[in-house]
Amino acid sequence: MTHAAAAPSAHDDTHGHPPTSTGLDNKKIAIWAFIGSECMLFASLISTYLIYKGRSVVGPYPHEACLPPGCSTPLKAILNIPVTSASTFVLLMSSLAMVLALAAVENKDQPKTTTGEKILGSSKLWLWMTAILGATFLGFQAFEFTSFVHEGLTIRTNLFGSSFFTLTGFHGAHVTAGVLWLLTLLAIDYRRGLGPKDAINVDLAALYWHFVDVVWIAIFTLVYLIK
Amino acid sequence: MAHDSSHEHHANVDHTSMGIEKEHPTWSTYWKVATILTLITVVEVWIYYIPSFVASRAFIPTLLILSAVKFATVVLFYMHLRYDHRLFRVLFTAPLIIAMTTIVALLFLFGKLSARTGLT
Repeated sequence: MTHAAAAPSAHDDTHGHPPTSTGLDNKKIAIWAFIGSECMLFASLISTYLIYKGRSVVGPYPHEACLPPGCSTPLKAILNIPVTSASTFVLLMSSLAMVLALAAVENKDQPKTTTGEKILGSSKLWLWMTAILGATFLGFQAFEFTSFVHEGLTIRTNLFGSSFFTLTGFHGAHVTAGVLWLLTLLAIDYRRGLGPKDAINVDLAALYWHFVDVVWIAIFTLVYLIK
Repeated sequence: MAHDSSHEHHANVDHTSMGIEKEHPTWSTYWKVATILTLITVVEVWIYYIPSFVASRAFIPTLLILSAVKFATVVLFYMHLRYDHRLFRVLFTAPLIIAMTTIVALLFLFGKLSARTGLT
């Protein structure tokens, strides 16, 4: 494999990664492979939710009111679509902020003359924006979980509760990891500044963040909107 | 905007190792994509509140199609799968196909889907 390893070596002295047989950075291949495996993790959680959907013996239920004798007291449908729609919008906008953060890092060396270019070229601004929007999404989720518990739905109440909290909880954990990753990038940006040579590292975080977003796109439709 | 001349972009970015085959979109494209994603979300929530549409057979397929469009838009434009090396496409789509096939197979297996009646 010596010849294959030698081919892309023009890049290794300037960009700090050893030559690879594909010419691609191994970190980027690894993150895509990781995202592929995550697809299967979330597929298992989503299919579990869908299989158990409508099979809860006791309420509260996601889309239907629960009346006695299923519930000791009447309970309304538990999912709050307006709140979840707002959190979905927040997560979509965080993806926009993330992609703008990556573009800002890639274009750090470009001269910026107008105010608009300076705003678009500020990696700190867009990384902060992404992290704040991610934290806002988590706030929405905390609000939702708390209100569900107050309305009598916990992870132990019924099949809906078990599969719902497991699925959305796993997603929330991924968002939390993403926010922490963004904060580490921000720390690096404040410490020494992120430039075009760091684009690969920001790209990895961006790919993870967008993946978390696309998982939520699926969850929002399959869990919240389809009755 | 000066930054829209795409070949001035990313002068010091290692395109080869990042697998960038075509120049990534400009900022204006990202904003357009965000607008499209928002509009699709608005349509999804809007149809959720139309009882006659919810009761119709078109409700679930419509939501699934809109969701798939949003999913593909993010993956192609924000995750740059449309612009990057085809190996990344394989690494993502192969597990995705396995995952989606598994979901459909399990739904058939547990009686949530039927070949005659669709979603039950």
